[in-house]
Amino acid sequence: MLQGWVVVATSFAYLGLLFAIAYYADRRADAGRSLIANPYIYSLSLAVYATAWTFYGSVGRAASDGVGFLPIYIGPTLMIALWWVVMRKILRISKDNRITSLADFIASRYGKSALLGGVVTVIAVIGIVPYISLQLKAVSNSFTIVLQYPAIVMPAKVGAVPMLQDTALWVALSLALFTILFGTRHLYSAERHEGMVAAIAFESLVKLLAFVAVGVFVTFGIYDGFGDVFARAAADPELRPLLTPLEGVAGGYASWVWLTILSMLAILFLPRQFQVTVIENVREEHLKKAIWLFPLYMLAINVFVLPIAFGGRLHFPGGVVDADTFVLSIPMAERQELLALLVFIGGLSAATGMVIVETIALSTMVCNDLLMPVLLRLKSLRLNDRADLTGLLLGIRRGAILLIVLLGYLYFRLAGDAYALVSIGLISFAAVAQFAPVVLGGIFWKGGTRRGALAALVAGFAIWFYTLLLPALARSGWLPIGLLEQGPFGIALLRPLQLFGLAGLDQITHAMLWSMIANLGAYVMVSLSGTQSAEEHRQASVFVDVFRRSPEGGGARFWRGTASATDLHHLLARFLGAAAADAAFRDHAKRKGLSWPTQPLTADADFVHHVETQLAGAIGASSARIMVASAVKEEALTLEEVRRIVDEASQVVMYSHQLEQKSRELEAASSELRAANERLKELDRLKDDFLSTVTHELRTPLTSIRSFGEILARDPKVDLAQRRRFLGIIAKETGRLTRLIDQVLDLAKIESGRTDWTETAVDLREVIGDSVAAMSQVLQEKKVRVEVHLPEQITPVRVDLDRIFQVLLNLLSNAVKFCNPQDRRIEVTLAERDGWLRVEVCDNGSGVRPADEKSIFDKFVQAGDTLTDKPQGSGLGLYICRHIVEHHGGRIWVQRAPAGGACFAFTLPIERGAPIHQP
Amino acid sequence: MTKKVLIVDDEQNIVTALEYLLGQSGYQVEVAQNGEEALAVVDSFAPDLVLLDVMMPRVNGYEVCRRLRERPEWRHVKIVMLSAKGREVEVSKGISLGADLYVVKPFSNTELVAQIDALLAGA
Repeated sequence: MLQGWVVVATSFAYLGLLFAIAYYADRRADAGRSLIANPYIYSLSLAVYATAWTFYGSVGRAASDGVGFLPIYIGPTLMIALWWVVMRKILRISKDNRITSLADFIASRYGKSALLGGVVTVIAVIGIVPYISLQLKAVSNSFTIVLQYPAIVMPAKVGAVPMLQDTALWVALSLALFTILFGTRHLYSAERHEGMVAAIAFESLVKLLAFVAVGVFVTFGIYDGFGDVFARAAADPELRPLLTPLEGVAGGYASWVWLTILSMLAILFLPRQFQVTVIENVREEHLKKAIWLFPLYMLAINVFVLPIAFGGRLHFPGGVVDADTFVLSIPMAERQELLALLVFIGGLSAATGMVIVETIALSTMVCNDLLMPVLLRLKSLRLNDRADLTGLLLGIRRGAILLIVLLGYLYFRLAGDAYALVSIGLISFAAVAQFAPVVLGGIFWKGGTRRGALAALVAGFAIWFYTLLLPALARSGWLPIGLLEQGPFGIALLRPLQLFGLAGLDQITHAMLWSMIANLGAYVMVSLSGTQSAEEHRQASVFVDVFRRSPEGGGARFWRGTASATDLHHLLARFLGAAAADAAFRDHAKRKGLSWPTQPLTADADFVHHVETQLAGAIGASSARIMVASAVKEEALTLEEVRRIVDEASQVVMYSHQLEQKSRELEAASSELRAANERLKELDRLKDDFLSTVTHELRTPLTSIRSFGEILARDPKVDLAQRRRFLGIIAKETGRLTRLIDQVLDLAKIESGRTDWTETAVDLREVIGDSVAAMSQVLQEKKVRVEVHLPEQITPVRVDLDRIFQVLLNLLSNAVKFCNPQDRRIEVTLAERDGWLRVEVCDNGSGVRPADEKSIFDKFVQAGDTLTDKPQGSGLGLYICRHIVEHHGGRIWVQRAPAGGACFAFTLPIERGAPIHQP
Repeated sequence: MTKKVLIVDDEQNIVTALEYLLGQSGYQVEVAQNGEEALAVVDSFAPDLVLLDVMMPRVNGYEVCRRLRERPEWRHVKIVMLSAKGREVEVSKGISLGADLYVVKPFSNTELVAQIDALLAGA
């Protein structure tokens, strides 16, 4: 039953089924009941990762390398573990900005650069072409093999068949046609293709089913379970090495690591993966389930790879049968026609799934990011004047699909034989890996610039081209093989496979190493050495800070332009159709709390941005920008506007300066207040202590007075001598009380400023003599020797006699109190010099501590610790002295006497208002 | 037996008054001019009561009181603090250091003697 027509008919029936599923899913989507809005379909659609490469190629790789096929599946599994960090961010960014493709994503990140979008598109198309050729090769080979049933004959060399009889060409054309029917029936808003996703998910089931069926058949039908297969393989000397992990992989560990990294990046950046994972994603939460479902799928489809590979090697010894075909040739050899047909359909599934999604993704890029920006800029095409551009857009995409598939075929004709399936695929992996630095850098690092991204892509791609694509063409005989062996122009250092003398690595590791160094290096260096434009800067933060922003771009927009809502509606209608334009308007109006069309919309910055985002969903960010710019008269900011903006900005700066200033002032004021408060507290404490001291001083004489008063009043037994003595004490203590009260009153007068000063011309010599005479009784009692040194001549001075007398008495009584008790001596000296009189009263006591020299003239302050030393007075005497001397324009201070005691000195100016010259 | 009272004050006139007063009331009186002297004579004199001025040079009344109460053999001695400083903090400080009584100067002779009598009668 494996005649040609049966196979062809089954194939087309299968494709028809796919089409029906897609059609149904599209209908459901239009009706608002999405078929694919669940995590299971989403996860299955991600399995578009498993292509004909997996279906046929893994077994081929395993048959020669053992577990060497595994990194391609370990990579995605590892990467998926990071998806919650990486992919969720990409998803959120893409949804917020209505990204339509990988090229759109990169262009948008770097300031909506059309050039960058174009470069990405070119790299993606060229990079993916080998991959598409791989699918074509797989399908046409499997078709050729199936047709030879029951014989097992390997397909002829590619070049040996005339092109028109080449199955691959017809496969290519059929696939292109099918994809065009499939993916470009109409223009999808935001490039979401629900039908396609449903069909892809179905295909993922079919290819898994087919592969597992073969696996089960080989493992349990031909052999006796896994144990049996592996035991036989282990018994075979040729197969035994394959059972040792890592032995099989050329290049060993380095290869494993690079292949794993490569496939980690591939699952992110293959255009079809970006399409199904990001663009077609319905809800972000679906990622959560996909994170474990997709690895599960990977595991399921890989379980039987080794058994089939070993089964094939055991079944077809000697290598006559290409291991890439084992999946198909084993059932055929076992005469399992139905199984063989299922396998063929499974392979077709894997290949068509890949081709459909890949070419749709690429055609979107070619259209939105390569052709439209150019076409829209070409004024001669007058595209801006055409009412409806949807036809043109669809036309471009259809053309792009056909072109890409045919390029794949061309590559297949040129280089298809030189490499096994897996090696062809890896070349494409390496190409898309070049997007990694600009995308990953772009979403986590704000510093990446447009120039940096361009440099990175160009550098990485150039090396990829030189080290991977060129050798493939050379090996296929299209370029002189000497290029590989001797290097271009015989320069060995530039040999594509041993660039700069780096030998001993396998081709992929070698290429990845150099291209990543160049790529990453250029990205970082160029980014750091340049600056970003305002747009780049804005987009960088839109991308990097996506989770910190409100979805519809919270940042303020400086935009000044005139646009009419009608113009914007026309614009949207031309690309999206009138219905979609209406919907977009209603949507915006609702957010503004208006009801369109009854209430008109103002075309403000926000609204224009909304339109641009909607448009971006259909034609990509860079094209949308061009279109909106053409519809909106985006005026260059006038000088007045710029001044206003600058004014506002500088006002803000000024305010913040003022605020800073104010807060500094407040701080200063509050610390001043704190200090003042401290001073007040200190004064309060001093006052309290003073009162306590004064009270103590008042109470002490009072105690004696009262006590003796009571004794004398109540005790008749006191004899006369005692009476006299007691009365003497009372009189003395009363005098002490009186002096203290006088001082306190003096202080009160001084404090209130109500002192009366009666100034007369005074000879200070007389005053000093009088004061010493007034003290004579005390001096005699205490046996104090007083020396007085007075000049022969002295100028009279106008002072308040009583006050100066008070000062002298105070200083003298202090001197008596503090002089040396064993040998009390006091020296009083008067001198006149340069218009000043100077009086010194020195004792021979222990002197004043340097720390107290200033403070003893303050109010309430007494030298010494009041708790341990008995205070010798009220603490007012010197304060009052200072006040009196200063009132006369003089100065009072204490210094150490030459003999060691204290020397109190004060000066008085002979003429008031004399220059303040202190002798 | 005659009770013994130690008067500690640096104010000579007050000492004279107290000495006369307590002597008349039948107590055996000893005088110390300051805290140091008080601590020196307390062992030999072994007073039943100490009349203690607070504000004295070097070792003040509080300190004398604290040191007397530190020693077990002087725990039972009555201490009456006599001070011209009559603020609440000062009174409570004296009591908390172990004084039995805090009398603010100037005092009434009869009251003071009556209080001393009462303290020594209870002992």
